[in-house]
Amino acid sequence: MNKQIYTIALIAIVLVALVACATPTPTPIPPAPTQAPASTSAPAPTTAPAPTSAPAATKPPEPTKAPEPTKPPAPTAAPAQPLVFLSTQNVPVEEQEKMRTVILKDFTGAKTDFIADAEGAVVDRIIAEQKANKVSVGAIGVLHGTFPNLLAANALEDLTPLVSKLSDRPIVKEFMTLGKLGTDKQYYIPWMQATYILVANKKALQYLPANAKIDSLTYTQLAEWGKNITAATKEKKIGFPAGPTGLMHRLTQGYLYPSYTGGLVTTYRSDDAVKMWTDFKAIWEYTNPQSVTYNNMQDPLLSEEVWVTIDHTARVVNAFRNKPNDFVSAPAPAGPKGRYYMSVLAGLGIAKGAPNKAGAEALIEYLTRPNIQAIYLREVSFYPILESALPADLPEYVRLEADGVVKQSKASDAKVALLPIGLGAKGGDFNKVMQDTLTRIVIKGEDIKTVLNDQANQLNALMTELKAPCWSPDPPSTGACQAK
Amino acid sequence: MLRPYHEVLMRSKLDSLLPYSLLAPTLLFVTLLIVVPIFQAFLLAFQSADGSFTLANFQKMANDTSFGDALKFTFLLLIFIVPLQVVLALVMALLIHTRFKGHTFFLYIYAIPLAISDLAAGIAWLSIFTERGYLNSILNQLGILEKPFLFLSYQNLPAMFGTIVVAESWRATAIVMTILLAGLQVIPRDYFEAADVFGANTLKRTLFVVLPLLRPSLQNALIIRTIFAFQTFSVVFALAGRVVPVMAGESYNWYVTNRNPGIAAAYAVLILMFTVLATWFYFRFLQTSAAEAGYD
Repeated sequence: MNKQIYTIALIAIVLVALVACATPTPTPIPPAPTQAPASTSAPAPTTAPAPTSAPAATKPPEPTKAPEPTKPPAPTAAPAQPLVFLSTQNVPVEEQEKMRTVILKDFTGAKTDFIADAEGAVVDRIIAEQKANKVSVGAIGVLHGTFPNLLAANALEDLTPLVSKLSDRPIVKEFMTLGKLGTDKQYYIPWMQATYILVANKKALQYLPANAKIDSLTYTQLAEWGKNITAATKEKKIGFPAGPTGLMHRLTQGYLYPSYTGGLVTTYRSDDAVKMWTDFKAIWEYTNPQSVTYNNMQDPLLSEEVWVTIDHTARVVNAFRNKPNDFVSAPAPAGPKGRYYMSVLAGLGIAKGAPNKAGAEALIEYLTRPNIQAIYLREVSFYPILESALPADLPEYVRLEADGVVKQSKASDAKVALLPIGLGAKGGDFNKVMQDTLTRIVIKGEDIKTVLNDQANQLNALMTELKAPCWSPDPPSTGACQAK
Repeated sequence: MLRPYHEVLMRSKLDSLLPYSLLAPTLLFVTLLIVVPIFQAFLLAFQSADGSFTLANFQKMANDTSFGDALKFTFLLLIFIVPLQVVLALVMALLIHTRFKGHTFFLYIYAIPLAISDLAAGIAWLSIFTERGYLNSILNQLGILEKPFLFLSYQNLPAMFGTIVVAESWRATAIVMTILLAGLQVIPRDYFEAADVFGANTLKRTLFVVLPLLRPSLQNALIIRTIFAFQTFSVVFALAGRVVPVMAGESYNWYVTNRNPGIAAAYAVLILMFTVLATWFYFRFLQTSAAEAGYD
C-alpha cells in the first residue's frame, strides 16, 4: 500500500516538475519590441489621416506613405491591443507575404496580425469565439457569401456609424447595399473584387476558329480552338485549374452552369446541364491532362504547358508580370444563356465584441483608401471597389490583365453570377459536389445523367440541411434551394 | 556496521520505484498526446453532431465517390512501395556496413530525404516530372524524347503511379535504411568470423547469417514503414491531385476542405484499424524470439 502511495507521489512530483519546466519560457518575454514607449500620447488611433490627396496623382511608384503621421518608419501609435485580421482572402503564401510586408506596411492604427485560412476554419473560429464569449478576432475579411452566416450567428458589429467616416471615397453603391445583407444596417464595408478571365498565349491566336473572335468566344468555339491547336502542335494546350487547391469548382459554379442553364442549383440535372457537360467533355478532349495537378494557371502558362486557360485574376497575373509580351487577356466564353462571369466581392467586417474595435475601424479606413486599393491591384491583382476609373499609372502587367476584366464586364451579353451565399462552414461540402461531378463525368467518363442525378441528390440534401435559399442566378426560393 | 532495518527497506522501496518514475514522463506524454486523441477520434467518428452514437459518418465515408479509389490506391502503394523500399534499404545498409572508403559520405547523402518535409519533396518531384520539368527537359536535350512525355496524366495512370512510387521511395527509404543499419551494427563480429571459418562466401553469409540475425530490425522497419505507408499523402497530393486519392489524404480533405471532422475521424479510425492489423500480421509472421531480439 505504501508503495502505491510512493508511486503516486513520485508521478505527482514528475508532473509538477514537467509543468514547472514548461511554463517559465513564455512569461518573462517583454511586450512586442515595436511599441515605442514615447508614443502612448500619440493621437487616437481612429482618427487616421484623411486621405484627401488624389488617388495616385502625386507619388506614382510608392504612394503608400500616409501624409500626416510624423514618424513613418516605426508603426508607432499601436495601442496595447494587437489587432487580429482574419481573412479567407489572400491565402496563397505569396499573397500573405504581400499583405504583411507591402499592403499593411504603413498601417499605423494597430499592430496587425494578418491570418489567412480556408473559409470553414475562419467561420468556425469566429463563431466559436462568440459562443465562448472570448473574442480575439478584430477585423474580418471574407467573401460576400460568408457574411450571412456570421450575421446569423450574431457575430458582426454594426458598422453603420463608420459609413459616414468613409463618405469621402466613392465606393460602388451596389456593393455598399450588398454590405447591408438585406437589413437596414451596414455589416460589412466592400474591400476588393476579383473575377476569372480567359488568358491566352499569343501563339495560340493563329489557331482561333475562322469565325471566332477572342473577345466574344463561345464554349463550342473554345473546343474547336483546342482541336485546332492540338492538330497543329500534337499537344493538348487548353488548361484548367483542377488541382487539389485549384478553383475549377468556381468555373463550374459561376461560368459553365449559368452560361448553359441560367442557374446552378435549381438546374443542376436539367437537360441544359447535360448539354453543358457534353460540351465541356469536348473541350476536355483538348485539355492538358496534367490539369488535375494545376492549382494556379500562371505557372503552366509560363512554362507553355498550357496556351489557353480560365482562372482567377490573382492566379494568372504572374504570367503577365513575367512575360508581358506573350499573353492576352479576354472575357470568359459564353454559352447559350449568355456570358456569365463570377464577380467575387470581398468585404471587411468587425467581430462583435472585438478587443480592438478602434484598430479594426482604422484598418477598414486604411484598406479602402484609393491609394491602398491601387497597391492591392498592383500587388495581388484584386480590383478596387471604388467607382473611379482604374489609376492611369498602372504597371503594364496589371493593364494587360485589367483589359480582359473590363471587356468581360462590358460585354453586351455579360451577366453576373454570385459566389455561393449562406453556406458558411459547409462551403467545402458544396464545392465537393461540383468537384466530384467533374471527376466522375470528365475524368472517369461515367454516364452524365446518372452522375448528375446522384450529385443533385447530394446537393439537395446539403441545401435542405442548411436551409439556404437560392442566390443569383438561380431564381429566389422560399425554402431551401433545390435541384429540380 | 549494519544499517538499521528501516533504512534498508526504504532503499529497496526507492529502487523499486525508480523504473516507474523513469517511465512516468513517457507515459504521461503518450497518454496526453496519443491515447486521449485516439479516444477523441473514436468519439468523433461514432457520434453525430448532436452527440448521439451513429454509424452515419462511416456510411457517408463509404458512399463517397473517392472511397473505393482511396482504399485501392493506399493498398497498391503499400504493395509496391514497402517491398521495394525494404530491398533497396537493405542493399544500401549492407553496402554502408562494409565500411568501404568514403562510406560516411554516402550515409549522409542517403539521409538527406529524412530532413525534407513531405510536401516539399512532393513539390520537388512535381518539378521533375511535370511536362516541362527537369526530366523531360533532360531527355529532350539528350535527343531521347522529341515531345515531352506526360508522366502526370490521369489518362496514363501507370506512369502517374510510377512517379509516386519513385518519389515515395526516395523520400522514405532512408528511414528504413537507418533502422536496418542500426540492426546490422549490433550483430556481433563473432558470427561473421565463424562464417568465414566455415568458408561461407558473401552471398551465403548474407543469406544465412545476416538476414536471420537482422530479423528483429526488419520487423521494426516493416512495421514503421507500413504505418508510414498508410499515412502517405503529401507526395501523392502534389503529384496526382484528386486523381489518386489515398486514405490519409481523404481524411485531410474531409477535415480541412470539407470541414467535416466526423468523416475525417472515420477515416482515421479505419487507418488505425488497418495499421493495427498490419502490425499484428508482422508480429505473427516475423516472430522473433526474445533471444533474437536481444532481450535475453
